[in-house]
Amino acid sequence: MMGAIPVEHGLILAGILFSLGLIGVLTRRNIVFVLMSLEVMLNACGLAFIVAGSRWEQADGQIMFVLILTLAAAEVAVGLGLIIQMYRRFQTVDINVLSELKG
Amino acid sequence: MILTLLIALLFIGGLLAWFSERINPALPRWIALAVLAIELLLMLSLLSATPENGWLAAYNHAWLPRFGISLQFAVDGFSLLLLLLTAFLGIVAVGSAWSEITERAGFFYFNLLWTLAGVVGIFTALDLFLFFFFWEVMLIPMYFIIAIWGHENKFYAAKKFFIFTQVSGLIMLVSIVVLAWFHYLQFGFFSFAYQDLLNVGMNRSMEMWVMLGFFIGFATKLPSVPFHNWLPDAHSQAPSAGSIILAGVLLKTGAYGLVRFAVPLFPNAAAEFAPFAMTLAAISILYCAKVAFAQSDIKRLIAYTSVSHMGFVTLGVYAWNELALQGAVMTMLAHGLSSAALFMLAGALQHRIHTRNMHEMGGFWGRVPRMSAVALFFSIAALGMPGLGNFIGEFLALLGAFQANQVLTIISAFGLIFASVYSLWVIQKIFHGKYSDNAFDGSRLLDLDNREMAFYAAMMAGLVWMGVYPQSFLDLSAPTLQALLESQAGAAAVGALQP
Amino acid sequence: MLDLIWLLPTFPLLGFLILALAEGKLAKGPAGWIGAGSIGLSFAVAALVAVSFLQSGLESHTVPIWTWMSVAGFDPGINLYLDGLSLVMILVITGVGFLIHVYSTGYMADDPDFSRFFCYMNLFVFAMLLLVLGDNLLLLYLGWEGVGLCSYLLIGFWYDDPYNGYAARKAFVVTRVGDTAMAIGLFLLFAQLGTLNIQDMLHAAEAEWAVGSALPAITALLLLGGAVGKSAQLPLQTWLPDAMAGPTPISALIHAATMVTAGVYLIARTHTLFELAPNVQLLVAWVGLITLLMAGFTAMTQNDIKRILAYSTVSQIGYMFLGLGVGAWSGAIFHLMTHAFFKALLFLGAGAVILSLHHEQDIFRMGAKRKQLPVGFLCFLIGGLALTAFPYTSGYFSKDEILIAALEVEGQGLWLWLGGVIGAFFTGIYTFRLFFVVFFGESRGHHDAKEVKGLNIALPLFILMALSLFGGWIPVPLDAVFSHGAEHEEHHISAFMHGVMIALPLFGIAISYLFYGSGILSAEKLMSLPGSRALHRFWNSGWGMDRLYDFLFVNPFLYLARVNAKDIIDAFYDMLAALSRAGHLLIVRTQTGYLRWYVLSMAAGLVALIAVGVLL
Repeated sequence: MMGAIPVEHGLILAGILFSLGLIGVLTRRNIVFVLMSLEVMLNACGLAFIVAGSRWEQADGQIMFVLILTLAAAEVAVGLGLIIQMYRRFQTVDINVLSELKG
Repeated sequence: MILTLLIALLFIGGLLAWFSERINPALPRWIALAVLAIELLLMLSLLSATPENGWLAAYNHAWLPRFGISLQFAVDGFSLLLLLLTAFLGIVAVGSAWSEITERAGFFYFNLLWTLAGVVGIFTALDLFLFFFFWEVMLIPMYFIIAIWGHENKFYAAKKFFIFTQVSGLIMLVSIVVLAWFHYLQFGFFSFAYQDLLNVGMNRSMEMWVMLGFFIGFATKLPSVPFHNWLPDAHSQAPSAGSIILAGVLLKTGAYGLVRFAVPLFPNAAAEFAPFAMTLAAISILYCAKVAFAQSDIKRLIAYTSVSHMGFVTLGVYAWNELALQGAVMTMLAHGLSSAALFMLAGALQHRIHTRNMHEMGGFWGRVPRMSAVALFFSIAALGMPGLGNFIGEFLALLGAFQANQVLTIISAFGLIFASVYSLWVIQKIFHGKYSDNAFDGSRLLDLDNREMAFYAAMMAGLVWMGVYPQSFLDLSAPTLQALLESQAGAAAVGALQP
Repeated sequence: MLDLIWLLPTFPLLGFLILALAEGKLAKGPAGWIGAGSIGLSFAVAALVAVSFLQSGLESHTVPIWTWMSVAGFDPGINLYLDGLSLVMILVITGVGFLIHVYSTGYMADDPDFSRFFCYMNLFVFAMLLLVLGDNLLLLYLGWEGVGLCSYLLIGFWYDDPYNGYAARKAFVVTRVGDTAMAIGLFLLFAQLGTLNIQDMLHAAEAEWAVGSALPAITALLLLGGAVGKSAQLPLQTWLPDAMAGPTPISALIHAATMVTAGVYLIARTHTLFELAPNVQLLVAWVGLITLLMAGFTAMTQNDIKRILAYSTVSQIGYMFLGLGVGAWSGAIFHLMTHAFFKALLFLGAGAVILSLHHEQDIFRMGAKRKQLPVGFLCFLIGGLALTAFPYTSGYFSKDEILIAALEVEGQGLWLWLGGVIGAFFTGIYTFRLFFVVFFGESRGHHDAKEVKGLNIALPLFILMALSLFGGWIPVPLDAVFSHGAEHEEHHISAFMHGVMIALPLFGIAISYLFYGSGILSAEKLMSLPGSRALHRFWNSGWGMDRLYDFLFVNPFLYLARVNAKDIIDAFYDMLAALSRAGHLLIVRTQTGYLRWYVLSMAAGLVALIAVGVLL
């Protein structure tokens, strides 16, 4: 055990990262940045898993982080692909313009 | 066996009609006609069957034994009468669609035959789950008939028809399931069989609620005020073959349900409910006669008169004595023929002059005397002229109802006056008066040809037969009705509870 | 021989079927032969039946044909019942009917719808024969509705004119009101007595019901409802004057000789029931009396030749009701028969006049036509005399019988008699007003009038003239039918009373002569008296009954129909649909299409959930 970082600190950092990501998702208009903010949020979740895993000395947290990593990678791949398609069709990456699903 | 054949033939015939269109567009109507003719012959062959336990023919095969659901079909005189009506009007409907339906004819006859399959299923099924299954089978093809081949406002009408029937059907389904559940509680096993469910006992309020579920299901189909609003729209928008099936056959499934299920399954609740049902009947008779008079769309008008006439059926059923029940059955048969004929006439007129607005018509007698005479015949049949079937039905229904509830019978009898008001108004607006073809292309107003005339003549003969020698029909339904009445002799007779 | 009565309705039915199935493609010759011939054959059978019935000395004879239906003890048959009453009726129907059919072959000769006319006429005779021959009330009801239908069809025969259609519908619907009362009467009779067979029912009623009790009164009232509808008595008399829109032979056959007297037949047929309900029977008398007076007043103010005769018919049927009400059963039926003769004569004569004057019906555009139309003149002279009960014409005997019987009613007899006599006085006035205006004075139009030629028109008229003059001597075999009702001792009334009865109608004729025959008195002067114009208008409109009914029933019905054409109940379902649609629209608004809105709401929802979880 290295000089123990308290669990709370790790969780607070994860919380701050998650909030930053959320704020990014909410405020950014460029969909690329929205996607990046989403990545931040995912990583925040991952951090929380790691912290929890080390607190309970269980491998589950790290397994979940690996899962999240692959998920994030897949998401980025699909998301970027969609964004390219969207840009081709609508000539913009502004999500405010892209509100086709309005009821 | 013959019963499954009856139903299977319609299902298979429907598919055949659909696919045969690719070979030849004229083929579907011939297939439909042939199938229905065979149906009619098969049903006629049942007339000579000797009854066994009261059933002329029966079939039983397990379907979902875990829930006590089986393929149980049976036919007695009462249902046989309605089956004959179904096949006969099916042929009439094919005749009416013969030259009217040219677009997607294969799919049309598929829907027609499947609807009729549902109706035949309803009249023969003795398992309530099966009954509900056919209740739905009849509904969906009818929806397509209205929505695809209907007139200017067809989607609205089709949706309204579907929602009304579906919602009321759902309520009935809940009642069926609750009834089966009570059977389980009482006897320890599930059963949806009619004979089993007859023995289910329930407490008073529960019986009333479950009965109401059935009543709403059937009263919507019948229809009775205040569940009748789908009918004028569906009728006026449906193609005439659809209207014929709707008015002639589909409405009768509601009446059949009342006689077969809603009253016998819940004798006490039905007895308690009878005054309300008869009040609804009286309101239907008078109110819809009045609304009918105000219509300018001829098919809407006939639709409202249907509601009015079916009121006599409700009245007869809830009077629950042999006279009244026989009257209800005769009204069902006679109204089946007369309303089908009137809708066919309205359809023929619309096909010729492309309007249903009576205010644009007038003085047709001089142009189309045959059609006028036929229309006159069916109008006076509808207004209850003695010597024709409708009179026998309505008179017996009122005569029987009078013994059960005098006040409501007297009120209902005033429907006879209103019936003459609107019937004669139709004759006046369309056939009497001065001829003028400002509103339509008069060159297309041709008289009935021999093919059309043959159908009308058959229906006229039927009505006269019912009117002058109704005994042949009464004899057929009498054993069923007497058995139904006797089965309730132990339970409080409905009439006895009334003032 | 007697079993042949099934042929009676069969011939007209066959005639109807042949003419109907020929779809008007038959030439006028054969169509006329079939139409009139079928009735002629029926009359021949009726005459044979009459002879053998009277020789046999039977009281009644039933010919069962088949059982109509049999349900739970309700088993009316299609059985024909012959007794003195139905014998008189079938002879009148087929006899007068045959003459009118023959006349029609001439009268309708130029009509393009010739065979349709005879088709309906034959159907009418068929239904009318079933009405009087039916042995049960349901079969009677069949005939009853059947004649109503034919009446409707024939009033509206010339369908081009919407007024004719209106008159036809009015006739049907107004009588249907009465019919419905009668139908309810049938329900009640069956519920109480368990049969609708007339004779069984009457026996059962006699056995089970006490005189003056409530049930016979109610049933008699309901049957009376049917009778007043069909026979155009108060309060349902309004349809008959309008029914004159039909061709004139129709007015003669249906609206004078046969159908409108069906109510009289019904009451006579069920007279036992009315004897059990003395109050209702008395009501019948008063209904008749008031109707005959009201119609008498109105007839004096009409100008249309057919409407005058129509009101006179209403008035004469009023006499028959008066007769029924005072227990002069055979007197009423006797008057029914003589009335059939002279009123058919008057109508057919009027038809001949109308035809000669190119369908002119206003009597004040005729005048001085006795030279040009000698046959018509003779018709109206003889028919008019019989109608006003001129001594020793047919109408004299029958009216006499009724009025004498009225006088014998205890209590109100004198009033009933007096009313009847005053009515006879009016009869003299309006009949001879018509007569003098049309045939005397100066010609006020149609100077070129020529009598219609043709034996088929003249012959029926002459036969009817003979019957109107001498019909009073025909013996009616009604004693057996009403044996227990009417007393048979000779009626003795004072010579003074008798003198009044003879003198008043003559006095009426004299007044008519003063006003319209000689011009000594002037109707214009009378009209200039204060209030007389309003009174004239009031009487002319049939005592405002039409307007009253329009106000009470027709207009409210039309109003209700108009405001509710869209069916108010539909509004409820429309409201349900609108509600669900509104809810749908409400939820749809949350779907903005902005990603950030979704994220924010998700986050907010999550926070709220966690907060709830933590706080609780």
